[in-house]
Amino acid sequence: MRSEDKSVFVAKRTYQGRRLADAARLMPVLGIGLFSLPVMWKGATLADGSRTVGVMLYLFLAWVFLAGATAVISKRLKSQDDQAQDERQEG
Amino acid sequence: MTALNVLVLVSLLYVAILFLVAFAADRAAARGRGTWLRSPIIYTLSLSIYCTAWTFYGAVGFAARSGLEFLTIYLGPTLVMIGWWWTLRKLVRIGRSQRITSIADLISSRFGKSNTLGIVVTLVAVIGTTPYIALQLQSVTFSLAAFAEADTTQTAQISEGTTAFWVAAGLAIFTILFGTRNLDANERHHGLVMAIALEAVVKLFALLAVGVFVVWGLSGGVVDTIARIDASEIARWDVPGSRWVGLTLLSAAAFLCLPRMFQVMVVENEDESHLRMASWAFPAYLMMMSLFVVPIAVVGLDLLPAGSNPDLFVLTLPLMAGQEELAILSFLGGFSSATSMVIVAAIALSTMVSNHIVMPVWLKATGGFAMVSGDVREVAILTRRLSIAIILFLGYLYFRLSGGGAALAAIGLISFVGVAQFLPALFGGLFWRGANRRGALAGLGVGFVIWVYSLFLPSFGPSFIMPESVLEQGLFGLHWLRPQSLFGTVGLNPVIHAFMWSVSLNFVAFIIVSLMSFPEPVERLQAAQFVNVFEHSNPSGGWRPGLVQSEDLLIMSQRIMGAEEAQAIFSEAAREQGIGGYLPETTADFLSKLEKALAGSVGAATAHAMIGQITGGATVSVQDLMAVADETAQIMEYSSQLEAKTEEQARTARQLQQVNEKLTQLSVQKDAFLSQISHELRTPMTSIRAFSEILRDGRALEPDEQNKFASIISDEAGRLTRLLDDLLDLSVLENAQIVLNIETGSLTDLLDRAELGAGLANSTLKLQRDRQAEDVMLHTDLDRLAQVFINLMSNAKKYCDADDPVLDIQVSGDDDVLHIDFCDNGTGIPFDKQGTIFEKFARVSETKAGGAGLGLAICQEIMSRLSGAIEYLPGQSGTVFRVSLPIDTGAKVQAAQ
Repeated sequence: MRSEDKSVFVAKRTYQGRRLADAARLMPVLGIGLFSLPVMWKGATLADGSRTVGVMLYLFLAWVFLAGATAVISKRLKSQDDQAQDERQEG
Repeated sequence: MTALNVLVLVSLLYVAILFLVAFAADRAAARGRGTWLRSPIIYTLSLSIYCTAWTFYGAVGFAARSGLEFLTIYLGPTLVMIGWWWTLRKLVRIGRSQRITSIADLISSRFGKSNTLGIVVTLVAVIGTTPYIALQLQSVTFSLAAFAEADTTQTAQISEGTTAFWVAAGLAIFTILFGTRNLDANERHHGLVMAIALEAVVKLFALLAVGVFVVWGLSGGVVDTIARIDASEIARWDVPGSRWVGLTLLSAAAFLCLPRMFQVMVVENEDESHLRMASWAFPAYLMMMSLFVVPIAVVGLDLLPAGSNPDLFVLTLPLMAGQEELAILSFLGGFSSATSMVIVAAIALSTMVSNHIVMPVWLKATGGFAMVSGDVREVAILTRRLSIAIILFLGYLYFRLSGGGAALAAIGLISFVGVAQFLPALFGGLFWRGANRRGALAGLGVGFVIWVYSLFLPSFGPSFIMPESVLEQGLFGLHWLRPQSLFGTVGLNPVIHAFMWSVSLNFVAFIIVSLMSFPEPVERLQAAQFVNVFEHSNPSGGWRPGLVQSEDLLIMSQRIMGAEEAQAIFSEAAREQGIGGYLPETTADFLSKLEKALAGSVGAATAHAMIGQITGGATVSVQDLMAVADETAQIMEYSSQLEAKTEEQARTARQLQQVNEKLTQLSVQKDAFLSQISHELRTPMTSIRAFSEILRDGRALEPDEQNKFASIISDEAGRLTRLLDDLLDLSVLENAQIVLNIETGSLTDLLDRAELGAGLANSTLKLQRDRQAEDVMLHTDLDRLAQVFINLMSNAKKYCDADDPVLDIQVSGDDDVLHIDFCDNGTGIPFDKQGTIFEKFARVSETKAGGAGLGLAICQEIMSRLSGAIEYLPGQSGTVFRVSLPIDTGAKVQAAQ
């Protein structure tokens, strides 16, 4: 994306770091998808779908999942970033 | 039971603990200890000021009224946090690299450090936040009132106004104490943040405790609670899609744009990496805050008498069950939510008001720092303290005037929509380099007007400010301008309706105006700095070094930051530059560092202006650039001038060299002339003397011999006469003493005459002529011209060294000049002689006998008298002389006849 990132083949670590950043970028998209799903349940035949309790449980589970996934990505990104920074300083 | 008294006591105790914590944290930070103060957990907890009393109490009420819809208020921020890589990371990086002090500062900085924008954003923020502060005061008062109601021993009614007033006053004192101790916002308020983090823990714990009590104490477990929910009036999932999506978007936008959120998220941020934890921990916090909201609402609806205020279920449920300790804890949770929000909001707003409204006005009014004997630092701090007091007083006033109640409860979302107007400018500023100041102003203006018209004014109820006719019929009776169904959109919730229209039209105006207008250079610089912040997190601005006096800067900085801090900055900079003392070189680097340090105190725009005043220009960056550009242009011009001069000198030198060579040659010629003329004169004179002596001695001479000798004498005398004639001729010509005898004749006749005169008729030299081209009439001194021709022809006869000498006479020319070229087929004149052949006594070859070398000199003189020229054409196959004559118009006419 940046001018310095133009090379096609990069070290595995750098590659993975970029994919992690991609994942971090995609998290809110996933979140929007998960959170807006209940809107479509209205009037559906699903037994739980129209119940507040069901939707509530679903939303909380989605919430926990999103927080957990973000935690994993952020943590990984941190170590990647630190290494990248070290490399840059050395270089 | 003296619940109320206990409550007041506990509250005071709690406040005292907060004071202590804040004080201790400030001290620890000042001593450089307490790295734990800067941990990501503290940062995450400080974000919880998003959960105000409105969410603490109100979420339950919201849930009791409309089910799960309350969750949207938490889902929006969750999305923003898990999407931190997009927005927050950039926001925090910019905030840190540009030393941003508030959202108004961010927007003003981004759009060319425009103070107009800063003022607009500040005003919108104040208008949007004041009701929100009123709401917090209301919640504290209501919760106190709820206690008073439950307290049977208390007979006296507590006055809502008095409570609100004392709460506001207490908050003002706390905020002033811990929020304005140090002026530089970038030094961050460690004590405050610590206290807020503690409050975050308290409110979460309180809500969880109440929730646990309600589910397991009152309701009898999870299964029972679920059954209760199913049986309640909010059992059905029945949220309209537009509201679900719209409110989520709205809360996400507000989360980014609320001044108080910006304060804790960006300004108080210690370390960018804290975002990593906050990105997941804050959503988890929000999730826990909302975990028990629905159970509390349902159980409250179930157990409490009909008509009780669902907004206070968190408090009234424990009270009803006789759990006073829990109720007090719950009260503290609500109190914490309210106070932390008010404190941070007051700090954020006071920073904005002081940096963007008061300081610029004050600076302008006093004509800049230089004339001021007082201390800018004092003024800034005083301004902030006054602003805090005024903002809290405004909140109190709003609470009293609006009378509280439902109208106030709705203000939470209304306020959200108000601050969401910053979103286009914020987003555009972060991601779009083409966004510019006019666009931002237009967008903000449009959005603000729509917000006021369609949501804010109608929120006071019909006929309060906005006449009912407008609400029903639209402005000026225009149906499509009805505030709550603009452009005919009906069936939408007013908040969603206003949000949709204001923000989308805000975006549209922002984009269109940005596309159509042209930004100033500073804006473009800042745009690049903001949008590509990750590529160059270098300091911005760029001051011109050398122009500013260190001492002036030090004096100014001391006034703003205080003597110690300013001296510390200056001496550190001096040390970094390897100089001792307090006065570093004013390098661009140092100036931008200093500007940022000052920006922390008085805001980017003001700091820029202040340094600008010392450097001599309010908009130094632009003018700097221009000046630098000018200078470069000047240097380039100067160097090209130099180059030109150098070239000219080189040319002159070459000319001088040529002249010098010529002079040397002339000197040689003169010597040669003297020897030549003595030789020329001497040779005939010798013969004349010798032969005349022979004749005088009168020895017996044959008559033949006598004749022979006499004729030799006569010849030599003739030669002498010719030589002297030539010299005389030349001298006359050179001194312009001749009178020209202008006649008309044809060139052909003239050439014929010259041919005869030069005696070519019986010589080996063949003449080639083009009689057709020669058919030109001339109007000049024909005798003199003939003399030139004769000279050239006899030269050719004498000097042409070809085996079959040929002289080719070519006539050419254009309208103005006639060229007559005399070309022979000899070897031509050597290069080194070409320069001198027209000089007197110049002879191409010493060996070849000939005239005195005056012929060509005479020719040249004649031609210049005739306004023509004679020149040697180098580079031809033989010797070529070109005679050029101006063509007289009269002659041309005759030639044509």
